[in-house]
Amino acid sequence: MGKIAISLDINDVLHDVTVEARRTLADVIRDDCGRTGTHIGCEHGVCGACTILVDGKPVRSCLMFAVQADGRKIRTVEGLRRDGALHPLQEAFIEHHALQCGFCTPGFLMLATGVLEQHPDIEESELVEILSSNLCRCTGYENILKAVKAAAARMRHGR
Amino acid sequence: MTQAKRQTGIGASVTRLEDLPLVTGSGQFVGDISFPHQVHMRVVRSSNAHGVLVGVRTAEAKAMNGVVAVWTAHDIRDLPPIDFREGPNEKLAPFRQPVLARDRVRYVGEPVAAVFAVDPYIAEDAAELVAVAVEERTPILDASAAAAEFADGLSTEAAVCRQGYGNVDTAFRNARHIVEVDVSIGRHSGVPLETRGAIGRYDAARDVLELHGAAKVPHRNREAIARIFGRSLAAVHCFEGHVGGGFGIRGEIYPEDILVLAAAMRLGRPVKWIEDRYEHLMAANHSRQQHHKIRAAFDDHGRLLAIDDRFFHDQGAYIRTHGTRVADMSCGILPGPYRLPHFRADGYFRLTNKTPAATYRAPGRYETNFVRERLMDAAAKQLGLSRVEIRRRNLLQSSDMPHVRPLIALGDEVVLDSGDYARLLDKALAHCGWDDLECKVQERRKSGELVGLGIAIYVEKSGLGPTDGARIHVHPSGDVEVITGGASLGQGFETVMAQVCSEKLGVDYRKIRVVHGRTDRIDHGIGAHASRATVMTGNAVAVAAEKVRAAALEMAAQLLQTEASELTIVAGAVVRVAAPNEPLIRLGDIVTHLRPTSSSRGARAPGLSAEGWFETKHMTYPYGVQIAQVAIDRGTGAVRIERMLIAYDIGRAINPMLVRGQLVGGFVQGLGGALFEEFQYDERGQPLSVTFADYLLPTAQEVPDVDVLLTEDAPSTTNPLGVKGAGEGGIAGVGAVIASAIDDALGDIGTITQLPVKPQMLKAMIDAHARASRR
Repeated sequence: MGKIAISLDINDVLHDVTVEARRTLADVIRDDCGRTGTHIGCEHGVCGACTILVDGKPVRSCLMFAVQADGRKIRTVEGLRRDGALHPLQEAFIEHHALQCGFCTPGFLMLATGVLEQHPDIEESELVEILSSNLCRCTGYENILKAVKAAAARMRHGR
Repeated sequence: MTQAKRQTGIGASVTRLEDLPLVTGSGQFVGDISFPHQVHMRVVRSSNAHGVLVGVRTAEAKAMNGVVAVWTAHDIRDLPPIDFREGPNEKLAPFRQPVLARDRVRYVGEPVAAVFAVDPYIAEDAAELVAVAVEERTPILDASAAAAEFADGLSTEAAVCRQGYGNVDTAFRNARHIVEVDVSIGRHSGVPLETRGAIGRYDAARDVLELHGAAKVPHRNREAIARIFGRSLAAVHCFEGHVGGGFGIRGEIYPEDILVLAAAMRLGRPVKWIEDRYEHLMAANHSRQQHHKIRAAFDDHGRLLAIDDRFFHDQGAYIRTHGTRVADMSCGILPGPYRLPHFRADGYFRLTNKTPAATYRAPGRYETNFVRERLMDAAAKQLGLSRVEIRRRNLLQSSDMPHVRPLIALGDEVVLDSGDYARLLDKALAHCGWDDLECKVQERRKSGELVGLGIAIYVEKSGLGPTDGARIHVHPSGDVEVITGGASLGQGFETVMAQVCSEKLGVDYRKIRVVHGRTDRIDHGIGAHASRATVMTGNAVAVAAEKVRAAALEMAAQLLQTEASELTIVAGAVVRVAAPNEPLIRLGDIVTHLRPTSSSRGARAPGLSAEGWFETKHMTYPYGVQIAQVAIDRGTGAVRIERMLIAYDIGRAINPMLVRGQLVGGFVQGLGGALFEEFQYDERGQPLSVTFADYLLPTAQEVPDVDVLLTEDAPSTTNPLGVKGAGEGGIAGVGAVIASAIDDALGDIGTITQLPVKPQMLKAMIDAHARASRR
């Protein structure tokens, strides 16, 4: 099968890779670029473990082909920490025990990052609806919601 | 109490040691692990529920570029079927699953062939080219129907699990009231967010066969692998990385584990297999499906005299590593918190043509709590007592403890060690304002709403023995390493063990590194299942930490020219008891004095380390009360949970925040099986629930705020820390309480007799009742 040369901008680092057109973005980020923080839970767009930001918007990286992301700005969980400092969402997830096995966590972190950057004052009911687009099997969601609300408050006040 | 204890020891809700790598994307889940020159495996699975395997054509797949090998059963004919974790069992042996199907296929999803290729996409392409020819047979899909033939001369009824005591027949003959229910639990399972995965690697230089991606019971699996491949234990090792949820179903030995190991040796390359979700839902263990016909005898005062249960356990196509454990446990644990003079349970353990079943978080309890509490609700109605009153009259009292029941659960005689069930019930009722809630619910019902309250009381079990050990090393830096044979499935094992060590050793928990899931670091390990880790491994860590502490103080006493009894350890340094804020010598410096070459060591053994073992005769039994308030939408049949309370006595909480996390998370998982989740099959045995679009997990939208009332009224009497397990307490009562609440909301519209309670079922009941009322 023919391969296509693309350049993926992941967390401000360019990855020049040559991939089959059928390879999913999630697989290429993980296997070709070695950034394994983005997880794959269902490969049919339901669980959201593979959620990343593409041009600032949360997307399911299992439902995108890598070639579609050529030249676009990709952000993954590995890019949340800046200069060694955790992102407010990462801190809040730890403080509020919003993770157990941690497999869904990168997806929730990126979903929440995308949402809070676009809508810092989001209402709780809307937030619940958006968070319900990802699945968690351990926490029962309560602490995830608490953590995202706490991080939202911290982000609004610029820390 | 020392400063370190207050900060990070037992009882402190500290944040988890596990979290940093997990929130930064640096975790090492099995899919994240790769080895140079690895090949990828794809499993070809049966698309027939039942049939004779006529042939498997592999030539086209083998011819594909990039394909390294394609195997059928013939290629691995020397490998035995997958055996039971507890060892050989002659009677059940014929029902074990072969690694690849031999002459029959027995469920959709059964491995028939394995393709190995240089790339997972190529492996999947090649797997599509493998042609499987099957002569179809009629599938068996109902375990309650008459038993059929499994193989020549073998019935599908592989076993009948019987337990009981007393004289049930006489009790029923003399009873004033007899209450009967016929109830069933749907087929559902753990469904962790991370699918299964396994990497086999053969290190020829050292002659060691390695399994990466191990979980739950790495040490037991090491033994099983050594037996299967005829290798010494020293030549097999299992490695657990991060595990994306286990819930009992992950970490057992499955056909895929054996395939990657065999292939790693024969192909001379590491072999990686990562399950996809579609496979997971038809290949990983299912659970729960049982149908109970149960009756209870009561006297005139509403006191239980006897319970007689006949149930049908739908095992699916093969008997996997657990044997008949879930059905046995169902018999042994069914009586729950009630005083029960006479008891009989007969479990008909039958094979069908569905995915094989085994344990899933709170196995046998989720099911029997639902069954028994349905029975108690029915009894309340029939005897004209309130649901609270009939339970209260039958609860075992704290003066009954320890209460010995001549029943077996997990091979252990049931001895309820401690508990004050009535007190927890009172606390729960007071906490939620039960009487007031009942009034309000009545009012709303009068105005036509379908709203109801439910209650369930249950006894959990935890801390299965008999023994576990741990080793502690203090390093010259003052860092502490706790080496366990435990496993971490996301429950916070590292944090909890570090807190126990912190409490006993006087070192901040952040200075303590906990090792688990590595068979090359410690020879024995119980892993993480049956809510054992905190009880068994935790107490072993405590024993080891106390030994290290004593050794450190003894050395320090000589160095400081004082008595050890004058000294203690605070924040990693030895201090005088009288002056706890003045560090005299750091633990790391004591280690330096204990180096093999140190002159101050004297006759002492080198190093500052110790091994600790904990042994117990019986399990320990936490208990809970769950109360739910639900409302049903008349138009759609949808159930909304308006209130939820979990009252739970944990004995002693090491980290209350993590205990709450277990309880709430377990509750929501259990809500799935109560309302949404079900593996359904069509009449040909084709699974209908093979994606997340048709197997529905609860999302953030469906979950209520869960109120947790955590009590420590009945510390365990079976272990020095007084702890009981938390892992399964949240989920165990959910089916029971949700059914009770929905039933109450329905009033005379109908009765809940099966899980999950789906909207279409409720809608049909509501509509039928409306039609009948109009007539």
